[in-house]
Amino acid sequence: MTFAGWLTIVLFAVLLTAFAMPVGSYMARVYTGERVFLSPIFAGPERLLLRLLRVDSERGQDWKAYAKSLLIFSLAGWLLLYIILRTQNAFYVPSALNPLGYHSAPWNVTFNTTSSFLTNTNWQYYSGETTMSYLSQMIGLTVQNWLSAGVGIVVAVALVRGIVSRSGKSIGNFWQDLVRTILYVLAPLSVLIAIVLVSQGVIQNFTTYLTAHTITGLTQSIAMGPVASQEAIKMLGTNGGGFFNVNSAHPFENPNGFTNFFEMLAVLIIPAALVFMYGRMTGNRRQGYAIYGAMMLMFLGAVVVAYVAEAHGSPAQHAAGLNTHVIAGSTGGNMEGKEQRFGIAGSALFDVVTTVTSCGAVNSAIESFTGIGGAVPFANLSASEVIFGGVGTGLYSMLLYVLLAVFIGGLMVGRTPEWLGKKLEAREIKLAGLGILITPLAALFCTALATASHAGRASISELGKGPQGFSETFYAYLSQANNNGSAFAGYTGFIQPNAGNVGSHGVTFADLLGGFDMIFARYAPILFALAVAGALAGKRITPAGLGTMRTDNPTFVVLLIGVIILVGALTFFPALLLGPIVQGLTGHLY
Amino acid sequence: MRRDIVTSLIGIIVFTVLLGLVYPLVITGVSQVAFPGNANGQKIYVDGKLVGSKIIGQSFKTPVLEKNGKPKEEEELVTEADPRYFQSRPSATEGGAYNGAASTFSNRGPNDKATEEADAENIKEYLELNKPYDAGLTVAKIPVDAINTSASNLDPEISQANAWIQAHRIAAVRKLSLSVVDGLIAKYTSGRGLGFSGEEGVNVLELNLALNSLSGGTK
Repeated sequence: MTFAGWLTIVLFAVLLTAFAMPVGSYMARVYTGERVFLSPIFAGPERLLLRLLRVDSERGQDWKAYAKSLLIFSLAGWLLLYIILRTQNAFYVPSALNPLGYHSAPWNVTFNTTSSFLTNTNWQYYSGETTMSYLSQMIGLTVQNWLSAGVGIVVAVALVRGIVSRSGKSIGNFWQDLVRTILYVLAPLSVLIAIVLVSQGVIQNFTTYLTAHTITGLTQSIAMGPVASQEAIKMLGTNGGGFFNVNSAHPFENPNGFTNFFEMLAVLIIPAALVFMYGRMTGNRRQGYAIYGAMMLMFLGAVVVAYVAEAHGSPAQHAAGLNTHVIAGSTGGNMEGKEQRFGIAGSALFDVVTTVTSCGAVNSAIESFTGIGGAVPFANLSASEVIFGGVGTGLYSMLLYVLLAVFIGGLMVGRTPEWLGKKLEAREIKLAGLGILITPLAALFCTALATASHAGRASISELGKGPQGFSETFYAYLSQANNNGSAFAGYTGFIQPNAGNVGSHGVTFADLLGGFDMIFARYAPILFALAVAGALAGKRITPAGLGTMRTDNPTFVVLLIGVIILVGALTFFPALLLGPIVQGLTGHLY
Repeated sequence: MRRDIVTSLIGIIVFTVLLGLVYPLVITGVSQVAFPGNANGQKIYVDGKLVGSKIIGQSFKTPVLEKNGKPKEEEELVTEADPRYFQSRPSATEGGAYNGAASTFSNRGPNDKATEEADAENIKEYLELNKPYDAGLTVAKIPVDAINTSASNLDPEISQANAWIQAHRIAAVRKLSLSVVDGLIAKYTSGRGLGFSGEEGVNVLELNLALNSLSGGTK
């Protein structure tokens, strides 16, 4: 461990908070329809787009209408993406946009990929540079990077509206929220991020792969493509699907220490800002600060554990006789599967940033993390993406936990639980409970099915012996259920002997189970969150009394963290014991 | 219902055009004008020939030749480290090390025997290559980056400690003074981002090209 490493972590937390607060206020104004400094630029296009979509934005939607628009739009997106990916080498695709003439991936892999990008998961059984044409990456995957992020954000906004609504049924208009999210929030940030990334060395071109003749007489082929435009929205929208196979570890996606830091900020800026937005929209910023505090405490805890564990080194390294301490000119640690330019701290922090959110981008090989270091992403996922979480998904999942915490607190003091002046009754608690339990249910059910069946075990990598094989499987379905997308990358659902998909085939069991895992665990919680919004929207607000439990003080922060850890631990601990914990506690090699 | 379907269909087409065509093309246009070198991959040419990208790691091994003078192949090209050049980190990409068209994780587990065996193999190779020029070199002195594969398996950098050990060999083989080689290492070491983010590293391709363009010594 080094001073620079710890400094990186501290400065990251400070800068994130400093940037997220103004963005949060800005977003609150955007979604309450106030004028913002970008209104002169975007008000015209917003009206034009809504007219083009034939949307009467004045008309609010109740939760059912909102959900219906969301689901139908998602279905249309799913179909279009599937068609684009399956017709990658059709006659009408210009060869400049598919320079290597790649065929389409098989149907089962495409089913998985399509479901993955629609649900903001970006789980990838394929490897970008050997599977996808430039056109597929642009009009297929990049577009869903935007839209899946937008859909997540609007659900959170709708839920907050339901919570603060003083009367009536409307929780906003899905189409207007989506258009505003894309124009006012995602577009300016994404363009800015893309250009900063290119200025640092992320590539953006349409030339064919390069062939270099090295100075020692070898030839090297180098993949190219329009990377920066996709990289920017990939991070900002907590998508995480890499242009290249190794994602943000690839020098063309993440060229140096600065971009590594910058990309991490890009991942967390919106999830963090949404919490401040929530505070502002409730009219009491301390509500936002309390949730932010709970998230930040859990986040920092995870970072410290990951950094210490990775700096310690792995049993395999020690068995081979390597010295993993800091020496002059090298910071030691578990450098298996890590890039020199990021080092241990930059890799551990990135790993936590992308697994607490639903981003799932990686700049180091999670499969090669030490047992305890690898248990950190497991734990983050087990908390169901509420430590900041994905764009939108994080806030709405967290608010369901807040509801649960208020209910438990209410039981403790023996009063009808109240939240922001609204009495919580059986219906809301049931909906929130179900919304919280869907993700763990999907993850554990799929893991059990995949470990218990021959077809499921076929996906485990050759190197995945003993607990590592279980970890791979468990992580795969946990990550897909949480719409995260990071992986113990040895687990496979796609056999591709040659670049370009000729002769390749998918592992149907893993592809389909994973695909349904992602879809179910994405849309079911969205429906529950919107239903909670609908249930709360109609409730009258009663003034807080002396006995009302406050949700904006440190006591509540502790209660909230307790509830999250308890639910996560009780649900996942038995399964975690079989994988990462066994590896972390023994030095045994398998 | 019908209204939603019509809006969804128009919406997905409009958004695909805006976000899938207009947005990437605008970014490409701006990048190609403002940062053409970066946007095209920081290509390095020597005598008009493309030798690689500054930020994509390369193998500095040479093909082993059969008795008939042809390169030896055992499924992949067989290569051995060229002692005249700084060697990059071990790489396990498919189709030979440092395949820039197929980045891959090695996925070696922390508690795997296979990981230990791969490490042991790399340690042996590293000692064979460098120990003759640096008598004091032991396993415990080898920096981890020289043995462990990177995440992308295309890491363009090595640690300074790794470079300093290899400098003994380079100086001896090229008949240069150690201080000249160490000076070059310092010159091609990139600092941390903003002064704190990430780690310092030495760009292997740039360093090797600089060695080749040095006057004096043997090439």
